[in-house]
Amino acid sequence: MPTGDSSPMRSRRFASRERRELHREQLVSPFPELGLIASGGPNDPEPELVVEGGVVTRMDGRAAADFDVIDRFVVAHGLDLEVAAEAMVLDDTELARMLVDIGVPRAELVRLARGLSPAKLARVIGLLDPVELMLALKKLRARRAPANQAHVTNLKESPALLAADAAEAARRGFAEIETTVGVARYAPLNAIALLVGSQTGRPGVMTQCAVEERRNLELAIRGLVTYAETLSVYGTEPVFVDGDDTPWSKAFLGAAYASRGVKVRFTSGTGSEALMGYAQGLSMLYLEARCLAAVRAAGSQGVQNGSISCVALVLSVPGGTRAILGENVLAAWLDLEVASGNDAIASHSEIRKTAKLMGQFLPGTDFVTSGYSVMPRHDNTFGGGNFDADDLDEWLTIQRDWQVDAGIEPVAEDEVLRVREKAAHAVQAVFVELGLPPVSDAEVEAATIGYDSRDMPDRDRAADVEAADDLLARGVSGLDVALALERRGFGDVAEAVLSMQRQRVSADYLQTAAVIDAEGLVHSAVNDPNVYSGPGTGYRLEGERWELLQSLPNVVDPAELLGEDAEDEPIVVERGKAARGDDSAEVVVAVGPAFADTIRRTINDLSHRDVLQAICDGIHDGGAVPRVVRVRRVADVAFIAHEGAQLSGSGIALGIQSKGTAVIHRSDLEPLDNLELFGMSPLYTLESYRAMGRNAAGYALGQRVGPVPTELDNFARAKLIVRTTLLHARETQAVQPGAAPVELELAVPVASP
Amino acid sequence: MSFDPKRDYPLGTERPDLVSTPGGVPLAEVTLDALRAGRIDAAEIRATPKTLRLQSEVARAAGREPLAASLERAAELAAVPDDLLLAVYTALRPRRATAAQLEDWAARLESYSAGKTAAFVREAAAAYADRGLLADA
Repeated sequence: MPTGDSSPMRSRRFASRERRELHREQLVSPFPELGLIASGGPNDPEPELVVEGGVVTRMDGRAAADFDVIDRFVVAHGLDLEVAAEAMVLDDTELARMLVDIGVPRAELVRLARGLSPAKLARVIGLLDPVELMLALKKLRARRAPANQAHVTNLKESPALLAADAAEAARRGFAEIETTVGVARYAPLNAIALLVGSQTGRPGVMTQCAVEERRNLELAIRGLVTYAETLSVYGTEPVFVDGDDTPWSKAFLGAAYASRGVKVRFTSGTGSEALMGYAQGLSMLYLEARCLAAVRAAGSQGVQNGSISCVALVLSVPGGTRAILGENVLAAWLDLEVASGNDAIASHSEIRKTAKLMGQFLPGTDFVTSGYSVMPRHDNTFGGGNFDADDLDEWLTIQRDWQVDAGIEPVAEDEVLRVREKAAHAVQAVFVELGLPPVSDAEVEAATIGYDSRDMPDRDRAADVEAADDLLARGVSGLDVALALERRGFGDVAEAVLSMQRQRVSADYLQTAAVIDAEGLVHSAVNDPNVYSGPGTGYRLEGERWELLQSLPNVVDPAELLGEDAEDEPIVVERGKAARGDDSAEVVVAVGPAFADTIRRTINDLSHRDVLQAICDGIHDGGAVPRVVRVRRVADVAFIAHEGAQLSGSGIALGIQSKGTAVIHRSDLEPLDNLELFGMSPLYTLESYRAMGRNAAGYALGQRVGPVPTELDNFARAKLIVRTTLLHARETQAVQPGAAPVELELAVPVASP
Repeated sequence: MSFDPKRDYPLGTERPDLVSTPGGVPLAEVTLDALRAGRIDAAEIRATPKTLRLQSEVARAAGREPLAASLERAAELAAVPDDLLLAVYTALRPRRATAAQLEDWAARLESYSAGKTAAFVREAAAAYADRGLLADA
C-alpha cells in the first residue's frame, strides 16, 4: 500500500539481478510499425503468386505494377514458375513437416523452394519450433561437413601479429579467415600478412580483406585474397537504395568478382531494415526472406546471415533468437551456403549468447560463425568478438561435451607457438624481399607469445601506408609473395601460396559452399554434398576426427591419477584384530581400507598422519581417549563409522574415508543414520578435524554437543568429482570382503596432552 | 575428351587437361620452377572464360540455375577490362546513370561479346525507369 514514503520497497534479489551483465541490454515489446517484430507480423502479406500467360501478375499482396526492385528482381531471376504451380498450393503445415521429415530428401525441398514466394517461405519457417529448426538446418546445410570462419585483425595493423593469428587460426582448422583495415591504405599489407600466415598454418585456407569494392577487386586480381562477403542486400527498396545499391548492381558485382576468381558470398540479416528506418511495418523474418530470395536470384553461391551486426536489435524482441535460426534455415533451404553469424556481440550475458549459439552450433552450418575472433576482442576491428581467444577452451569443451564438430580443433601450446613464430618469420622475410618496412625480431617474438596488439612494438605507420601504396603501384602479386617466400627458405609456404594461385585458375571454389583441404582438394556442395537423412547418415563426428576433437590439451589420463601415492615411511602399523573396547571414555577412530596406506592424503591435500593427529588431539581435548582401527571390509563412510561404533567402549566412533569425508556414529543407530556427517572434505582443515574429534568426545562423555558448524561449497563437487571418483576407486580396491577390523597405532606415537 | 559436368568436378583435380591460364599454360605447369624461370606472370593467374563456362555448366547440372547464370556473366566479364567493370558497376548503382547512359554501357559490354550481361543492364534500366532510380537526364 502507498504510504507516502518516497522510497519504494525493493527486493534485494531483484536488485542483485539488475546488476547482472544481462541487464545492460534493453528488451522491448513488439512494435510492428517500426519493424520491431521478429516474425509473423500483422502487416506481413498473405503468400500469393498469380501467374497469367507465363507472367507473374501478383506476388505477396502486390500487383506487378507496384513491384519494387526486389519483387521485380526475384520474379525475373529467382522463381521457377513451373515448380511454383505445384509448390505454392501446398499447405503451409505440410511444407513445414516436409522440412523436418527425414524421409523427404534435401534435393526435393530445394526444388520446391524454387517455386515459393518470400511470404510463403517466411510463413512456413515460422511454423517450426527451435528443435525443428535445428533438425531442418542439419538436413538442409549445403556441404556435408560443417566448418568455421575466423576474424583476424588488430588495432595496430601489425603484420607480424596478423600473420601469427592467421597461422594459428588456420592450424586450428578454420576454413576461411577474414581481415579488414582500420586505415584503408593498409589493405594490401594486411592481405599479404593474412595470406602468408594462413598458408603457414594450413595450406588451402581461404582469405579475404573486407574493404571498399574497388580496392577489394584489386586485391583479388593480384591474387592476394580468394573470397569476398561484403555484398550486402536488404529487404526493402528504400534501405537497399540507401545502401547505394540495387539487386542488379549487387548481382553484377557478384559476377564481376567471380570473373576475377573470387568466391562471393552475399550478406543479409534480420533487423537491418528496422535499424535503417524503413522496415515498412514488416516483420524481420519476412524481410529476410525477401533478401534471401534476391540473393539466390542474383546467383550468389551463398550468404552470410543470421542478423550479423544487428543481432542485439533482433534479440531485443520476443522470439528474436528463433527468428535468427529461422533465417539460417531459410537460406539453407534456398540452397545457399550459410555463414551463420555469431560474430557480432549478441549479448553481454555469457549464458544468453551461448544459448543463442546452440541453434547453429548443434546442427552445424557451412560456417558456424562468420567470424570467430581468434585474437582477444580488444583487437577485433569488425566490432565482432562475440566469441574470442579467451573463449577457445570453452568452445572446444562444448564440442567435446556434445560430440559436435563446430569447426575448431584443439592444438597444444607448443605447436601453436611454433606456427605463430614461423608465420611471423615468414612475413618478416616477405617484407624484406618486397622492399617493405622491415619487421623486427622483437615484433616476431611479441607476435609469437603476445596476448594482443598492446604487446606489440609500435611501427612507423606513415612508412607502412606509403609502402602499401607503392606496393600496389608496382603491381606486386601473389606470385611475388610465393617467390619471396621461396628465396628466403620458406619453400613449403611458397608452395601453399602458389597452390592458392592455381585454385584461381581452375575456379572450382566458385561452386556452392566450397572450402579447400590441406591437399588442395576443393570440397563443395557439388562433390561433397550434405545427404543427411536421419540417424546413421550424413556427417557424424566419429573416428579420427572425434578422437582429435576430444583430445584437448588439458585432458588427463585417469590412469595417471589412479596410481598409488609415493611410498613414504609408514604412517600407521597394524596391531592385530581389533577387539571391542570396554572403556566408556573411549572414542574409536575408524579409518577406511586405504587410509594412510595406498592413499596418504585427503582430497584437500592434508596428510593422513596430520589428520589422524588432529582427530586424536581433538578427542583428548574433549576429555576422551582415542583408539584407531582400520575397517577393511567396506569403503562406505557410514559403514566404516558404524563398524567402529560397534567396537567402541562408549559406542561412539568417528569414521573417516581416505578422501577425508567423516561421520560421527553411535552403535545403536542404523548404519545410514548418524550423529554428524562431514561431507565437504575439500573444505576441511586440520582444525576442522580437531573440532570433529572434540565433538565425538563430547558424545562419548554424554555431554551436550553443538554440531560443528557446517561449511558449504556447491562448486566443490563440480571441481573435484573426478578426483573423488578416482580416490574412492582406490579405496574400494583396498576393500577385503569379510576381513575383520584391525587395531592401528600411529607409527610416530600420538602426542598426549 | 568430352566434358561431363556431373562427374568432372573439381576441374582442377578431375579434369586438369581442360584448365589452362589465359596464355595457354596448363594448370600443372603453374609451378615455382616456372615462376623462377619467368614463364608465368600475374596476368596468367586467373580463370579463362572457358573455365568459367565449364563452372557454369557444373552449377547448372547441380540444379543451380541462378548461380549458373551468374557464372555465365562472369565468363563474359572475364574478358572485360577492370576499369570498364567498375564503371558499369557504378552506373548500376541507384541514380548514377540515365537510361541513355545505361544503354551505352550495355552497348560497350556487347562490344566485348558480353551479350547476357548487356541484357542484364538493359533489364535494370527498365526497372530503374519504373522505380525512379535513374539519374536525372
